Amino acid sequence: MTSTVGDNGQTDGYNFAYLNEQTKRMIRRAILKAIAIPGYQVPFASREMPMPYGWGTGGVQVTAAILTPEDTLKVIDQGADDTTNAVSIRKFFTKTANVPTTTHTGDASVIQTRHRIPEQELREDQVLVYQVPIPEPLRFLEPRETETRKMHALSEYGLMHVKLYEDIARHGHIATTYAYPVSVSDRYVMDPSPTPKFDNPKMDSMPALQLFGAGREKRIYAVPPYTKVKSLDFEDHPFEVQRWSEPCALCGARDTFLDEVILDDEGGRMFCCSDTDACEARQQAGSPDDLLDQAS
Amino acid sequence: MYVAVKGGEKAIEAAHKLNAEDRRGSERYPELSLGQISEQLTLAVDRVMTEGSLYDRELAALAIKQARGDLIEAIFLIRASRTTLPRFGSSLPLETGKMSVRRRISATFKDLPGGQILGPTFDYQHRLLDHDLAGPSDLEPADTAPVDVDQEMPRVLDLLGAQGLMEPPSGQNTDHGDSPGDLTTEPLEFPASRDVRLQNLARGDEGFLLALGYSTQRGYARNHAFAGEIRLGEVSVEIVPEELGFAIDIGEITVSECEMVNQFKGSKKAPPQFTRGYGLAFGHCERKVMAMALVDRALRAEELGEDLIAPAQDEEFVLSHSDNVQATGFVEHLKLPHYVDFQSELELVRRMRAEASAPSEAAE
Repeated sequence: MTSTVGDNGQTDGYNFAYLNEQTKRMIRRAILKAIAIPGYQVPFASREMPMPYGWGTGGVQVTAAILTPEDTLKVIDQGADDTTNAVSIRKFFTKTANVPTTTHTGDASVIQTRHRIPEQELREDQVLVYQVPIPEPLRFLEPRETETRKMHALSEYGLMHVKLYEDIARHGHIATTYAYPVSVSDRYVMDPSPTPKFDNPKMDSMPALQLFGAGREKRIYAVPPYTKVKSLDFEDHPFEVQRWSEPCALCGARDTFLDEVILDDEGGRMFCCSDTDACEARQQAGSPDDLLDQAS
Repeated sequence: MYVAVKGGEKAIEAAHKLNAEDRRGSERYPELSLGQISEQLTLAVDRVMTEGSLYDRELAALAIKQARGDLIEAIFLIRASRTTLPRFGSSLPLETGKMSVRRRISATFKDLPGGQILGPTFDYQHRLLDHDLAGPSDLEPADTAPVDVDQEMPRVLDLLGAQGLMEPPSGQNTDHGDSPGDLTTEPLEFPASRDVRLQNLARGDEGFLLALGYSTQRGYARNHAFAGEIRLGEVSVEIVPEELGFAIDIGEITVSECEMVNQFKGSKKAPPQFTRGYGLAFGHCERKVMAMALVDRALRAEELGEDLIAPAQDEEFVLSHSDNVQATGFVEHLKLPHYVDFQSELELVRRMRAEASAPSEAAE
């Protein structure tokens, strides 16, 4: 969490990474508290950023607070580096912090993400910053903040288990596919942000630090490295991730999260990796599967 | 073939250029100047300053121009720019009793010390389109006031207060030397103190507060409001720099203020008396301060021991949803890609449909 102190590294008349040092210090304090209490939502005085709420202002503030000139930044949205909002956030930090950026997961020291965790395993020297729309996992069961804070304080998560149980009673399985609630370090129930539940197992004992920023809701939370993260489930209905019957049409991977691309108006469609960097790396390495056949 | 999300960077650049072209419009007409906006679209500028929480007419005019007249977008621009500004401290409470008044009306008393001063208002104008304004118009100078408007104008609610009919103002923590709460440096927490509530409402969306205030008049937490006093004018802003230790005047700002007088039958907590609702805004934002005062009063339900029955009384509901920059951001973020979440839902719906069409297997 070291950073340049003072107004060094100014770019275009803005302080390094846009926020002033006072604000960064405030955010870093919240981050430290969040790391000390894994899964606990720390209120922080979120600032108005030059992109709209809902576009990742929480993630951007966390990234701005931890970024140093030595960092290399990667930004993904829906797993891809070239989605418009990822491009826009990457440009923002190129302009205000002048840090190098990359699309390669392995080369990045800070990765800001919306809705995905990279397929490639992250390392101890990396930080994953999530953009979070609604940090409160209990929000759709109880709309009042005063109530949900009490429920967390008392570890009163019965309501969540009842909801999951009702899913099973009605559908035969848990009908939550993204933002699937997890228990962090056997204490706080946490919203993993709207990542697909496919990504939940990656959060468990991840070597990288995971930071979550919710700008509009003014909350920061964290999962420190090597922390237990368990997706909520029942003994007779264990947690499961999504599976596809087809492999990626571009790289042939069978173990990645696939996006569906509609090809025509007659039901034609193909599946390909949502993580574009992992997919390209695999294509370049030349996968053993005969790709062209799969793609047809 | 896989081109759906490629080319984002070029698309963004092109979109910016198109937006700039649309902003400029046809070059047959001269480009708007900031002076024209700040002088001729004054009420738009006032709203942007109020909800943007920054008193700067020129920046507000620039924001309106850049936002192509979309005031919420302009408010957003001002807020984002405000983030980068250093904070030197808090001013002393504004002394609106010492305002140089341009408009001052009371709906509760026919006449009062200082008099009723109508000032600039649409109130008694017939809303007929004035086709003379379609071209350059001649201006007839307004008459000057027949009476001295610079005399001291005591506030109506203080007059009632002197007779013990009006509750004393609440939420004054400045007595303890505390500076007021500031939502922009501290996250909102519930229950919020009244100073923070008022700050939230002052920054809040005019339309949202208008609808909520209106709902209180239609029976959803009716609180029998009278416009005790509405005033518009200039007040001086004073700060006490630490190194000086005494107050200095740093300039004048225009504000609108509304103090509502609300009937109150008394409760277990308080005797029958009139109660207050308060509204304050930069510039001339009369609708805003009136709506704000109604909502402020409604939010005091718990403090006054009233039944909580309506949305306008619900602090968490009102304060969490009043900010239009937050609201527009989250509503509009739905246009960002959600392929991954949607894919997850798609997979689930397909699986559930497959299970539903094979009932014998799913029966277990």
